[in-house]
Amino acid sequence: MAFNQRDDDIVDGEDETPSKLPRCNKEMPGYFSNEPQNEAAESAGRATSERRTSNSTAWHRRDSFKKTRPPFPWFGMDIGGTLVKLVYFEPKDITAEEEQEEVENLRSIRHYLTSNTAYGTTGIRDVHLEMKDLSLCGRTGNLHFIRFPTHDLPVFMQMGRNKHFSSLHTTLCATGGGAYKFESDFRTMADLELHKLDELDCLVRGVLYIDSVITSGPSECYYFENPSDLDHCAQKPYTLENDYPLLLVNIGSGVSILAVYSENNYKRVTGTSLGGGTFLGLCCLLTGCSTFEEALEMASQGESTHVDKLVRDIYGGDYERFGLPGWTVASSFGSMMFKDKRESVSKEDLARATLVTITNNIGSITRMCALNENIERVVFVGNFLRVNILSMKLLAYAMDYWSNGQLKALFLRHEGYFGAVGALLGLLHPS
Amino acid sequence: MAECGRVDSNTSSHTMDKSITLPPDEIFRNMENAKRFAIDIGGSLTKLAYYSTVQHKVAKVRSFDHSTKEAAGDKLYEISVQEEVTARLHFIKFENAYIETCLDFIKDHLVNTETKVIKATGGGAHKFKELIERKLGLKVDKEDEMTCLIKGCNFVLKNIPHEAFVYAKHADSEFRFQTTNPDIFPYLLVNIGSGVSIVKVESEDKFERIGGSSIGGGTFWGLGALLTKTKRFDELLQLASKGQHSSVDMLVKDIYGGSYACLGLTGDLIASSFGKSATADKEFSNEDMAKSLLHMISNDIGQLACLYAKLHNLSRVYFGGFFIRGHPVTMHTITYSINFFTKGEVQALFLRHEGYLGAIGAFLKGAEEDNPNQYSWGENYAGSSGLMSVSPDMNPMQRARSGTFDMLEMDRLDRQLVNLPLLQDPSSYIPDTVDLTEDAQAREYWLSCFEEALDGVVKRAVASQPDIPEAAERAEKFRQKYLHKLQTLRHQPFAYGSLTVRSLLDTREHCLNEFNFPDPYSKIKERENDIALKYYEKAVKSLEELSWEDRQFALVRGVLAGNVFDWGAKAVSEVLESNPEFGFEEAKRRLEVYPGSLLQGPPHRCALFFVDNSGVDIILGVMPFVRELLSRGTEVVLASNSGPALNDVTNSELHILTERIAAMDPVIDSALREDRLTLVQDGSSSPCLDLSRLDKVLAMLVRERQTDLVIIEGMGRAIHTNYYAMLSCESLKMAVIKNSWLADRLGGKLFSVVFKYEVPAGKPH
Repeated sequence: MAFNQRDDDIVDGEDETPSKLPRCNKEMPGYFSNEPQNEAAESAGRATSERRTSNSTAWHRRDSFKKTRPPFPWFGMDIGGTLVKLVYFEPKDITAEEEQEEVENLRSIRHYLTSNTAYGTTGIRDVHLEMKDLSLCGRTGNLHFIRFPTHDLPVFMQMGRNKHFSSLHTTLCATGGGAYKFESDFRTMADLELHKLDELDCLVRGVLYIDSVITSGPSECYYFENPSDLDHCAQKPYTLENDYPLLLVNIGSGVSILAVYSENNYKRVTGTSLGGGTFLGLCCLLTGCSTFEEALEMASQGESTHVDKLVRDIYGGDYERFGLPGWTVASSFGSMMFKDKRESVSKEDLARATLVTITNNIGSITRMCALNENIERVVFVGNFLRVNILSMKLLAYAMDYWSNGQLKALFLRHEGYFGAVGALLGLLHPS
Repeated sequence: MAECGRVDSNTSSHTMDKSITLPPDEIFRNMENAKRFAIDIGGSLTKLAYYSTVQHKVAKVRSFDHSTKEAAGDKLYEISVQEEVTARLHFIKFENAYIETCLDFIKDHLVNTETKVIKATGGGAHKFKELIERKLGLKVDKEDEMTCLIKGCNFVLKNIPHEAFVYAKHADSEFRFQTTNPDIFPYLLVNIGSGVSIVKVESEDKFERIGGSSIGGGTFWGLGALLTKTKRFDELLQLASKGQHSSVDMLVKDIYGGSYACLGLTGDLIASSFGKSATADKEFSNEDMAKSLLHMISNDIGQLACLYAKLHNLSRVYFGGFFIRGHPVTMHTITYSINFFTKGEVQALFLRHEGYLGAIGAFLKGAEEDNPNQYSWGENYAGSSGLMSVSPDMNPMQRARSGTFDMLEMDRLDRQLVNLPLLQDPSSYIPDTVDLTEDAQAREYWLSCFEEALDGVVKRAVASQPDIPEAAERAEKFRQKYLHKLQTLRHQPFAYGSLTVRSLLDTREHCLNEFNFPDPYSKIKERENDIALKYYEKAVKSLEELSWEDRQFALVRGVLAGNVFDWGAKAVSEVLESNPEFGFEEAKRRLEVYPGSLLQGPPHRCALFFVDNSGVDIILGVMPFVRELLSRGTEVVLASNSGPALNDVTNSELHILTERIAAMDPVIDSALREDRLTLVQDGSSSPCLDLSRLDKVLAMLVRERQTDLVIIEGMGRAIHTNYYAMLSCESLKMAVIKNSWLADRLGGKLFSVVFKYEVPAGKPH
């Protein structure tokens, strides 16, 4: 790889790549044991036994400044299957003394991150999500939210290396599967030691933290009023507070569904492999698009009823025997069994149908989990919902309609960043 | 979702291939007497159901009127063959392409003019309505699909013992049949058509669609056709079976580098279906995409089914619909998914006759006035094609052909069948001792054994009808049919449920009946009964002369020695054929082991005795034993077969024999008159015994008399079946092993004795 060269001045005496691999494998049991069960099922299912938030593994604080808080910079990172989510705390209360002491490397990182909104070709700072004047660990500053595709992680590591990130002797708290997968790459390419945190612990912690600190500006949590009327339903603020139990549905590449009973008592109920990755993956194959935004744009212009088979396509109207309205989808992509129909649909129709299929399926599984767990409030998070108002409305409607108003679908503004926020909290408040 | 999987196939099924000729002997049998039709037209297959009466020969025995002069000379009783009419349900499955030809055939052969209506269900019913009405002149009456499906499902679960099975791809036998709990409710039916319907069935009339999903067979087909440009459902499945989903799906290890250990998610689990096609800019093979799609849909359906099963606390979940129907690939993925999501707590169950449910249900809707549900029905092995294993490697055209004309025939049984009330646990009772589907070595032995015995059976059948010239021709047809069945079973042992010695014997009986050999042993039985009767008084007298202890010993020995006379056993029939003088005393000498005595302790209230062979067995073995029981004050219920099977004594024969014995023996006579000795039929015509399907009258009597001892006699009833049966009262299983292979297997020698006296735990006696 291109990142194997090292600047001599920051070499800390560690060995080169090859010798690192075995160690890394040892740390990830199962890495090679992938043969016996070469079958598929989703990441889901295991309604694991009650789990407390993990007491994080040995966290070595490198507090050379003999202060209670870790040295800057403060990052939290969540490396998912598709996207890397990064939160960065920019201190705004820097004293003149600190300013003087601040090493050049740190200053350059701070300036680079805060003065740009895009990094390279794919990194983006979600400016609208920035949290200003946040008080964190005795310091005041702004919290920045940055994302880039996981496949560009090497570029990020290269940047860290170029900016001599490792010279700051900081700990980089990371969560998500990539924290495990790329741990050795971080070590060898950027000379960084990751502190790995469990992704579900981080997610729960992040959600509850952000919800608790937002006081001014747009409400973090919201719901849709009149969900049954797609054209007239409106976003309304909602106060989540400590309203347990909650069903927390995280829609990333795949989906995880958690039942949260208190800040440190939750369990993973199930999950499904039909998630955001499936939507984008199928859209790419069906329409030739290549980005999530492109796929969503197409979906917004399409008509899924050209693709799906509805109850009324079969029964001419409602299926009264079972109380199914004629507009209910009987078979997703069901009309595509026929050659003439396949030839007459547009790419937009296909994108729309894919979106509706995936979203409604998540809705059904969520609803069944809510019934089985006897929970009435459902919080949907994850980057699948980013700029995806259509899916949010569909979910709100599905929860409301099929439960006769019993279930409430709630959404959070910082959709996909909670894992990263949780990782940042892991740095500041190791539990 | 609501739709039960009737999709129009976009294949060439609309061309009406009129040039095909139907083999009328084989399909649409008994059409002349057909009345009451039902039809279920799906996307590619049509299922036709009709009810017909079958005229066939039955053997009757009748006592001569002894008050007049002994007109019959030395004959014990009169044997006659009579015509009897029984009811049979016929179900035929064929490709939609044959509809027109089939309708023409029906029209040409339909004699019965009373039929005015044909019940119809399925998505294609509408499309073919006009054609059916025009061709047959019958009014098409549409029935709700789901109602038909559930009705059909209840019917097969109740009437076909090995209807449900678990699918295990890598096991010795792919199909593991379940003993159906007599109480079939409640259950969940997941019907995967173009969408998915999830139905909770609580009773015969009460069911509710509790949920569903739009991601079903139509999604696989539609999305699969878009992704791979493959048009046919079968071809898509074939593609899927060759693909690698891991090149398209994002697995846990793609994200974590390994497993997500703390959640117990292994690295190979799919984290995001099609996740790799979102990030990797490359071409994916059709096989891989089809496989990924199949997993995505199967897992999703499995997950929802589990969530519904959990919410409604149901553990029996049956899967059906065109997505499943006969496709090992989808049965496998659904089974995998259910195992994964329930950690093995719920098993995915499939049905042998899943494809017929709609047609059966529609038929039953139309036949309500005949009260079909008040009868018991039995699968006729001679007329049914059996389950086909369709290899995914077979090309779609071959596959379609192999199932072109598939048949199921159900006989209405004269008697209503229920459980023996004395079974310890009816839900876990398995009649058969060895499951030949799972024991390849035993299977091979028995299949060969039955094949070798076939010549003898054919010879016997011909000999039983000496005055009928065409008997030889019929017997030859019988040979061909049974040989064909044996060959089918060799390749597909699961064709009729678990393969057992019992099912092999029953199939042979069904085939004999099919060719009008209702009772090939009738004359032999008569002759043997006649001879044995002549020795009865002498035998009783010599027993009475013995001391009590010696008599008990002799009685048991007598039953066992009598049991040697068995034409069903190869070793014995060879002896009997070659040495007609082979006698009771010689049999006693041949017996290897003599068991101890049983009848100590206080007498039983009532003993139920399942008897076996005619002649020496029943008359010189069983009757003296019964006599001893009676004189101890124990009431006796003698259960014998309702219809003939080999040389087993039938209920009507036993009535005559008992009368004749009563005339000689005051003990039997008074017991008969005082109702302390009762003869009942067991509802079966099998040389084996299924205690979960017994005559209702027998079950009532057993309960009334507070039966506390069950005696089961003979290889068929006590070894091939019921060897491990657990009863809630004392039981005695007696037999002589007349098969050297079996003797070897059980660790004994030929003519060893099985004498199994069992007292249920906690019941002192």
